[in-house]
Amino acid sequence: MGAHVFSLPDVGEGLTEAEILRWLVRPGDVVAVNQMIVEIETAKAAVELPCPFAGVVEELHAAEGQIVAVGSPIISVLGDVPAAAPGPQRQAVLVGYGVREDGPPARRRRREAPGTVEAPEAAVQEHQPMTTVRAKPLVRKLARERGIDISTVPATGQHGEVTRSDVLAAAGGVAMPPSVSSDSAGDRVPVRGVQRAMAEAMVQSAFTAPHVTEWVDVDMSRAMEVVQRLREAPGAADVRITPMILVAAGLIRAARLHPRINSTWVDSADGADVVIHRAVHLGIAADTPRGLLVPTIKNASALGLVDLARQVQALIDTARAGRSTPADLTGGTITLTNVGVFGVDGGTPIINPGQTSILAMGRVIDRPWVVAGQVVARPVMQLSFSFDHRVIDGALGSRALQSVAAFLQDPALALMMDDAG
Amino acid sequence: MTAVSLDGVRSPGAVQLLSPEGERVAHPEYDIALSDAELRSLYRDLVLVRRVDTEATALQRQGELGLWASCLGQEAAQVGSGRVLRPGDFAFPTYRDHGVTWTRGVPPLDMLSMFRGVTNGGWDPLQKRCAPYTIVIGNQALHGVGYAMGIRLDGSDDAAIAYFGDGATAEGDVNEAFVFASVFNAPVVFFCQNNQWAISQPRDRQSRVPIYERAAGFGFPGVQVDGNDILAVMAVTRHALDRARAGEGPTLIEAFTYRMAAHTSSDDPTRYRHADELEVWRLRDPIERLKVFLARQGLADRQFFDQVEREADELAVVVRDGVRAMPEPPSQAMFDHVYAEPHRLIEEQRRAVADYDASFGDEVHA
Repeated sequence: MGAHVFSLPDVGEGLTEAEILRWLVRPGDVVAVNQMIVEIETAKAAVELPCPFAGVVEELHAAEGQIVAVGSPIISVLGDVPAAAPGPQRQAVLVGYGVREDGPPARRRRREAPGTVEAPEAAVQEHQPMTTVRAKPLVRKLARERGIDISTVPATGQHGEVTRSDVLAAAGGVAMPPSVSSDSAGDRVPVRGVQRAMAEAMVQSAFTAPHVTEWVDVDMSRAMEVVQRLREAPGAADVRITPMILVAAGLIRAARLHPRINSTWVDSADGADVVIHRAVHLGIAADTPRGLLVPTIKNASALGLVDLARQVQALIDTARAGRSTPADLTGGTITLTNVGVFGVDGGTPIINPGQTSILAMGRVIDRPWVVAGQVVARPVMQLSFSFDHRVIDGALGSRALQSVAAFLQDPALALMMDDAG
Repeated sequence: MTAVSLDGVRSPGAVQLLSPEGERVAHPEYDIALSDAELRSLYRDLVLVRRVDTEATALQRQGELGLWASCLGQEAAQVGSGRVLRPGDFAFPTYRDHGVTWTRGVPPLDMLSMFRGVTNGGWDPLQKRCAPYTIVIGNQALHGVGYAMGIRLDGSDDAAIAYFGDGATAEGDVNEAFVFASVFNAPVVFFCQNNQWAISQPRDRQSRVPIYERAAGFGFPGVQVDGNDILAVMAVTRHALDRARAGEGPTLIEAFTYRMAAHTSSDDPTRYRHADELEVWRLRDPIERLKVFLARQGLADRQFFDQVEREADELAVVVRDGVRAMPEPPSQAMFDHVYAEPHRLIEEQRRAVADYDASFGDEVHA
């Protein structure tokens, strides 16, 4: 018996680190060769890693959510040394483990005693420094331009390298603040993956669709009663019913009454067209560990409230688990976002690209409300509705928002009126 | 809003001899007669190739290979076209064509060695009649045509087959290869595995017309075959090889198939393609349909299938242990095959590297 240690490989040609998303095994579990043990996310992809050994998991060396450097141990497995394995346990460091930034090299060159300078093998240009000055090419260029011998510049870089500021200081100029620093000006966080996709989508939308946002406050007393009754309804025991489901139903209804809010602006050869969608594919903005995702409920108008709640729950759970498929995340025609979960009332939501409106719901909170001349406490929620003014004018946008509000003020009455109309 | 396009899923005109449900179907032009033993050996090839492929994928994820390009889903196109080659024919594969190199007798460990970075090729191309994997997209189409033109000058009735994908058809090299093959009537078969995706670019970014139809513009026939139907692939490829041998020139075969895995181990296809597409193609698995056919026709029993499974398991262990035990090559080895004959500059570089290595002394590196 011996413990095999599996170190994080570079799974994508030149990666230096990965995030541990989820462990699929725990200490004490029996694992087989090639059994998936962990899900990691690199700058390129989220992938599962198969175990190279069979045995019993001894220890996990990294926690979920931790960023681990390539080459660091992530799991130890106790088991029989495979019969065919070569004598000393080989860690495949030459293959797929990228470039290490620290640590001693595996071999040292001899004849490296200080003061001994190797004779150049070929004709070396005289001005080429033989001491090792660490500096980036741009910094070397800067030094040359300023007429400074870079080997004479005191180095202050993190790894002993001569920085741009060092050269400028040596030149007697004003030292520039370093452009990237994690300890003074702030932290620089790379924007990638889901976050980057969100950023690009939002910029595209904000700079192409002229946004208008309107607000309305709603007395949620009756809506909250409906939520309570639904929670107690037969067949709804395993479903999370929240006020969001009623807002979603109100928005779907508004899209049915005012189809133009459920549309797409399409630039065409002779100008542009507005494509008004027959089906309502409702996007629900979800805050997930990987950033904002908008999973989509297909054909939402065909669903009853409990089924709607069930689908919302499934989609959001899947999104939070990082398992949404592209099909889950595309094809939306209108979006609902719940900013109330963050304890705020509203905002000016940005329309998802390819859509023409978005509704934000705020928190439900008791506020003074005037009922029949009396100030009473009522659960009140604010709705913020943004729409693309190229497609939806103020009158239509207001009517659509008002229809959501009317539905929430008195869901039963709204449904009866619908049936009548 | 994007609707799922049917392009990339349907190919109504493709030659088919074995339906996805494992039913033998007739085609007016193409057919193939195979013995029961041959049919069983095709199944064995498909299973073993897939097993080598999945083991290599796992080894990459364990840091034992720098990279791997999976052939998952394309085994029938590769094994089928490779199995109808004659010993003297010459294959020019891409880096994904492990099923082709398998049929040329290349041991699986040799396929993996380049992906571990311990060789620059992996096998003797002249001995195996199979060129090393070409990484540059479409290059080998020209190599194949050049070789085929040489066959003609030699007066032999061998043929060359050049493999490439749908993405390569948009490259200059492949189009130049088409022109040369056509005007010199070269005995070459262009075997395009249209796996629907050029990394993240869908097939409709490569051509406005179906790929096989492009051959007409170059003056030779093109034919589309169900690439997940090994019998149809064999029938169509054999026909094209026969044409080439008879001096009738090149043929373009478009094998309509699907890349079930990522482009390579560095790629994450969930970022650009729909999962439903994958589900459609799962139902057309090339191995399952042959298995169903063999079982329904009574050509193979449970014992046979179990035995192939066992053989695959054993092969996987050989591959796994063999890869880990691969010796690291001496640094000098990289100069060995740059030129066929000694070359002054290469010798100079070889000496420089030798001197550099010697400067480390006698320490043995781990």
